[in-house]
Amino acid sequence: MKTANAVINNPIGLHARPAAQFTQIAAKYQSKITLQKEAKVIDAKSIIKVLSLGIKQGTVIKINAEGPDEKEAIDALVKLIKSNFGE
Amino acid sequence: MERGIGMLFQGISGSRGIEIGKAYVYEKHNFDIDKKEISSVDVDPEIHKLKQALAVSNLQIQSVRQKALEKVGEDKAKIFDAHLLIAEDPAYAEDIITLIREERLSAAAALEAVTNQYVTMFSGMDDEYMRERGADVKDVGDRVLRNLLGFPPRGLDHLAEEVIVVAHELTPSDTISLDARYVKGFITHIGGRTSHAAIIARTLEIPAVLGVTGITSRVKSGEIIILDGTAGKIYVNPEKELIVKYQQKQKEYLFLQAEIKQLGQLPATTLDGKSVEISANIGAPQDIDMALTYGAEGVGLYRTEFLYLGKKSLPCEDEQYQAYKKVAEKLEGKPLIIRTLDIGGDKELPYLELSPELNPFLGYRGIRICLDKADIFKTQLRAILKASVHGNVMIMYPMISGITEVRRANKILAEVKQELRECGILFDEDIKVGIMIEIPSAAISAEKIIQEVDFFSIGTNDLCQYTLAVDRMNEKISYLYQPLHPAVLKLIKISIDASHKYSKFTGMCGELAGDPMAAVLLLGLGLDEFSMSASSIPLVKKVIRSITYEQAKKIADAALLLDTHQEIVEYSAKILETLRIIDAEGEKI
Repeated sequence: MKTANAVINNPIGLHARPAAQFTQIAAKYQSKITLQKEAKVIDAKSIIKVLSLGIKQGTVIKINAEGPDEKEAIDALVKLIKSNFGE
Repeated sequence: MERGIGMLFQGISGSRGIEIGKAYVYEKHNFDIDKKEISSVDVDPEIHKLKQALAVSNLQIQSVRQKALEKVGEDKAKIFDAHLLIAEDPAYAEDIITLIREERLSAAAALEAVTNQYVTMFSGMDDEYMRERGADVKDVGDRVLRNLLGFPPRGLDHLAEEVIVVAHELTPSDTISLDARYVKGFITHIGGRTSHAAIIARTLEIPAVLGVTGITSRVKSGEIIILDGTAGKIYVNPEKELIVKYQQKQKEYLFLQAEIKQLGQLPATTLDGKSVEISANIGAPQDIDMALTYGAEGVGLYRTEFLYLGKKSLPCEDEQYQAYKKVAEKLEGKPLIIRTLDIGGDKELPYLELSPELNPFLGYRGIRICLDKADIFKTQLRAILKASVHGNVMIMYPMISGITEVRRANKILAEVKQELRECGILFDEDIKVGIMIEIPSAAISAEKIIQEVDFFSIGTNDLCQYTLAVDRMNEKISYLYQPLHPAVLKLIKISIDASHKYSKFTGMCGELAGDPMAAVLLLGLGLDEFSMSASSIPLVKKVIRSITYEQAKKIADAALLLDTHQEIVEYSAKILETLRIIDAEGEKI
């Protein structure tokens, strides 16, 4: 299992287009990927669940991936967050 | 209820206009969903049915999206991308399947339970965007349910006569399939001015009244309705007299609408034959279509920031060239003033890594950045120059405070021109160059500066902010934001007079230019070009066409003698009243 912590830094947070980008990238990988904010853990491939966390700018999140491509999945998602979702 | 006029309901005006016609109550099917426990052998078949219904829904959404793209354009079709994401959401399917397995619910009952749970979650969030997602989930859930139960998709595409649609709520899926030949208006229980139904109604130019509580149970299909979208009123089963009255009102409204649209196409010429140019401000190449529809005679301000914002890096020369070329060609020789990059202040570019400032509006912005980062500036100038062969293109520098900046910018422009000549690339050798007048020092030095450029364009928003030292975003002092303040008017006059002394022209691209109340005053001050939001064009043209230039000059002279903003505003309003200008709503302004 691979884990990474990241801070969401783009102004609108994990919301609207960034949330869609996040789940679409997660969906490309076979591994089971979860997203954690505080005590809540959700399926990172679900737009509904990701939106339901209401992640705002400055929130620390934890990403877990487990499966054959877990490393690639974590790398891709962290990269997306670090790029501030290309904004 | 009022006697004699049937039932009157008050709602929110979602889209203007008046319509009289038969109601068509578009009801949500209340499907009877069996909540009985299913037997264990039925679990897998139910899951299979669910998966099939999701797959069919997915295909339907894709085809609706395509229809939307053709009917209402890319922007409004985007909503269906959100629907697709929901229909494909793995957690949505999983949560439903869990209920089927563990609670032994039928697929339909489990779907309904999970959908409702999501809708409740989203609608409880304190964010407009999230609440809208609740409506999306509901729309998708309803579609999947219909597919599960074998009902055709909900829609308004099978109407046979003209109707006013009365519904609890209209979702994007409902409105995209509607037959515009027969749907003459909307009335809904849910929704406000920014709701989907309101936006679509305005696009289709049909009236809509929204937020009418319980309307679907107060009206029956076939009953006659008067729909007054302008006032947000509905009359159900009105008396004959009222119908006649509203038929008259409808005629007047349609007449005015047609007149306003026609007016846009007329030249802005005063009664004594003086013509001024009325142009549009645009932000993206596609804005040009709307500008031309409203009768723009050119573009007085093309804000190029659009090309730079929302990107990871600077736009390349070719990308810029393509955008400028597109607008220049569409204008077919009408003037196009391209403002060079005006970033900083409240507009940031993350990839430029500008450091935060205490006083951004007085800081590193506009031409100051371009002169400092000459590479960025040169790329843009090259793109503009190359596009200049495709139309009547002009260059305008923003945030000029004095003559030194003009000279430095012009020197860089001369270098770029020389480079192009050396490469054998064609451009308009006589391309006109102007500056924005938005800093008081530029207005005061107008006579010196105009000798170095071809035109001025007054940016009233910043000119007002800098002259009166007022932050217009600050509510506590917003009363001090006075674009018709005597000092601001004086700076406008200095600039116009200086340009005329050297046989050059002055335009205006701030909000004041589109204000019908200020039009007479600005005309009288000698303004040559008025550039505004496209929708303001017809009315400003109407004002200019209803007065003589001689009159306007006298009015401007009189206004310059007044002491306060308040006096000038009241004076201008009175002038407008005597001109009997009627606006699009049919009310005097």
